[in-house]
Amino acid sequence: MSVVTNTTTIGAIEAPSRRNTELALLAFAVAIPVFAYLNVGLALDGEVPSGMLGYGLGLALLATVAHLVVRKWAPYADPLLLPLATLLNGMGLVLIWRLDQSPRLIDLAKRSYGAFSPSAPNQMMYSAIGIAMFVGVLLLLKDHRVLQRYTYISMVVALFLLLLPLVPGLGTDVFGAKIWIRIGGFSIQPGEFAKLVLAVFFSGYLMVKRDALALASRRFMGLYLPRGRDLGPILTIWAVSLLILVFENDLGTSLLFFGMFVIMLYVATERTSWIVMGLLMAVAGAVAVGSTASHVQSRVAAWLDPFECLKTAPESSNMAYACDQMTQVLMSFGSGGILGTGLGQGNSDLIQFAANSDFIFATVGEELGLTGVMVFLLLYGLIIERGIRTSLAARDPFGKLLAMGLSGAFALQVFVVAGGVMGLIPLTGMTMPFLAYGGSSVIANWALIGILIRISDTARRPAPSPAPNPDAEMTQVVRP
Amino acid sequence: MNKPLRRVAIFCGLLVLALLLRDNWLQFVRADELNAHPKNTRVRIERYANERGNIIVDGKPITGSVDSGDEYFKFKRTYVDGPMWAPVTGYASQAYDANQIEKIEDGILTGNDDRLFFDRTLSMFTGEKKKGGDVVTTLNGAAQKAAFEGLGKNTGAVVAIEPSTGKILALASTPSYDPSSFAGYSGKDEKAWVALEKDKNKPKQNRALREIYPPGSVFKVVTAAAALEAGKVKDIDASTDTPEGWKIPLSTLPMKNHSGGCANASLNEALRISCNSVFAKLGDDVGRDKMVETAEKFGFNAEQFTPVRSAASVYDKNADRGGNALSSIGQFNTATTPLQMAMVTAAIANDGKLMKPYMIDQLRAPNLDVIKQNEPEEMSQPVSPENAQKLQAMMENVVSNGTGAKADLKMSGVKVGGKTGTAQHGEKNAKRPYAWFISYAKTDQGSPVAVAVIVEDAEGVGREDISGGGLAAPIAKAVMKAVLKSRG
Repeated sequence: MSVVTNTTTIGAIEAPSRRNTELALLAFAVAIPVFAYLNVGLALDGEVPSGMLGYGLGLALLATVAHLVVRKWAPYADPLLLPLATLLNGMGLVLIWRLDQSPRLIDLAKRSYGAFSPSAPNQMMYSAIGIAMFVGVLLLLKDHRVLQRYTYISMVVALFLLLLPLVPGLGTDVFGAKIWIRIGGFSIQPGEFAKLVLAVFFSGYLMVKRDALALASRRFMGLYLPRGRDLGPILTIWAVSLLILVFENDLGTSLLFFGMFVIMLYVATERTSWIVMGLLMAVAGAVAVGSTASHVQSRVAAWLDPFECLKTAPESSNMAYACDQMTQVLMSFGSGGILGTGLGQGNSDLIQFAANSDFIFATVGEELGLTGVMVFLLLYGLIIERGIRTSLAARDPFGKLLAMGLSGAFALQVFVVAGGVMGLIPLTGMTMPFLAYGGSSVIANWALIGILIRISDTARRPAPSPAPNPDAEMTQVVRP
Repeated sequence: MNKPLRRVAIFCGLLVLALLLRDNWLQFVRADELNAHPKNTRVRIERYANERGNIIVDGKPITGSVDSGDEYFKFKRTYVDGPMWAPVTGYASQAYDANQIEKIEDGILTGNDDRLFFDRTLSMFTGEKKKGGDVVTTLNGAAQKAAFEGLGKNTGAVVAIEPSTGKILALASTPSYDPSSFAGYSGKDEKAWVALEKDKNKPKQNRALREIYPPGSVFKVVTAAAALEAGKVKDIDASTDTPEGWKIPLSTLPMKNHSGGCANASLNEALRISCNSVFAKLGDDVGRDKMVETAEKFGFNAEQFTPVRSAASVYDKNADRGGNALSSIGQFNTATTPLQMAMVTAAIANDGKLMKPYMIDQLRAPNLDVIKQNEPEEMSQPVSPENAQKLQAMMENVVSNGTGAKADLKMSGVKVGGKTGTAQHGEKNAKRPYAWFISYAKTDQGSPVAVAVIVEDAEGVGREDISGGGLAAPIAKAVMKAVLKSRG
């Protein structure tokens, strides 16, 4: 008898599916936001909020559906991703609902738009659509490698999505950023979806071309440069996406795409020279944009020393506005201190504009304090870690690249947004995944989690037991 | 592909780490600075989020708090007799921060002070609304009223102190302002504030504590004290051997007197008729360093904290002999706050013992528990009891036989001592002089009140008629009378 060993990439034989772990974690992921919701209600009105039951049931229902779908169609998926996303989404809903209760923000909305409509119900709906998207991904995408077939179509789709906001009549200009399109009363941010599609394109393309990019290179100034024909298409799409974004005034997203591109190129080719080139290009791009675009200049001024810049900036200029916003955000964080004021008891609504979207992290900082912010950062860190682990475990290069691209983009987005609001880097208008108000962001990120779960399911699924090898069977010795 | 993957994983870990570090920097290291930043509206939101505690005089609040229903600042400060009490309370404005007691005891008044922690926790359970604590002052309503009304439309200040304790009984400054007028943050409040800022008469200036004036002749009591302490004069009725036209040292100019009879006048007589020559010579005899020592024992050259800060009064430490001689009669660089002169008077009235002036008697929790009780505190002993009694005798002589007659209370069992001053100032003394008066009242049980009054610019009074005895003494008298009356 010989022993047959089934070596899988994650090493374990008969890997446990961990679905029950996921279920237990999900219970927490639903219970914590419900408790937080109760907390806000008690702090604001001194009574149990009336919407609590509906909110709790809604969140629980979404989580259950997602869990059942994973249990049935991706049984070996990573058990942490779904609960983490659910928790973040649930907490985001609580924070948005909390800011909906702010009389100052209600007044501001009435003054600026003539009417106030609460954001939380919309966000709840977006979350439901997001979960539907997640379910859709898992149902339709039985194997992530199918996406490989759509490499070039993805390229076209990504370009199309990025160009959409520039189409007259369709795109809308919100405070200088032309990243939204408006269809039938809904604002959509195509860039959020473009991120996913672009990752598919990069993965498919790099998987095919990675040997050519890595090996067939010319040496130039100590660096290995790939041949033009290999590099051409990918550089083109990068440049085009970057240009569009510069025209659309959305530098955060452009930074995100660029970073994702460099990371994936590095992973695919294993060449450090890409990092060097990437950094050089990033610096060149930053300098070029920083010296021309005035709104970038004011963001940089606001980043360097917002309090000083507030004194020197001309009255009611864009720069004064950007600096004032930054000081408000910093003071919001500072006022939170170590433990925070408690949910519902802070004054993060002083940030006014975009308090529940771009700056929602400041509310976390003020009301949940240093402790809360660190928890949230670690939650994001865990999602990133699970994503990279999925990439490590994936058995096919396409899956590896895609998982890496998606988690890398997620990591960069978290860094750019959180670093921006905390004044670590200049502020760029982007949304904190799952936490911030915004349909496109929530839906696209649920799709992202869906894809990661699909890849991790494939990666962790035990390899089918090999067909019985006729040679391995016991040879019958026929004795005379 | 796993090697670069692991590197990217480390890179992503570093990104998260950078965020964590940045957050600790922001919310731990810089938290206090950002939290208390002047641009941080939260400080003000917090200040007006709950019913603000009151400042109390004679058991009655002189402040109030109304629910304005505003979305930023819920409660708004109100003041009872705002202009009269402004030098005591200061202001608490939603737009323009706060000052004086309103600022110094902000923690108690808002209820956020750590000492109120227990109280806060308790009310959390009983479900009571959070409320600020009260600040009980030492002031005397009747004395304050007498001081404020006595000053009337004139520019000036009055400080009254209880000599035995250092309790401030009256603290008036005119022209004054109504802190209610800019307590909010509306356009109306802004207009009121801007108008006050632009006002040439500086109504927001707390003259009683923050303005330093040349004291002129009232400073002579300090010189007299120094001369007695230094042993230059033993018998106040003995001749001082001062020629008429005594020459200022290092100068050829003689010291001028405004009245006759100063030649070789005794200390007692010299104080009564306010002889410049006698006191300038005495200051010179005592010497600069001894003069500085005595003045500083009285509180000169230092800021006082009542706890509202007062400006430091000045006695020049580096003057030459001539300067010192002039300083000794309250000219040259000598300058004093009305509070300082009240302290000098109080120390003399209290037999030489100077008590630290204070205006906050106790801090109270919303449930009336006393959180902090301030006790009288001895500050120094600038003159010995015997010399203090000599000074009292001389000052009483000024009132009964001299320039301070208008301050005489003429009440049985009450002795009044005082000193007038008419301080020249401005280039070549061209400006209208300041009228000073310091006085105390004394009964068998000690002295209940010492007052310092300055009238900067008396309206409708001819230049020649401005005098401490004429303008300031009646105000001092009214204040002393009010204090004696309220004591029964």
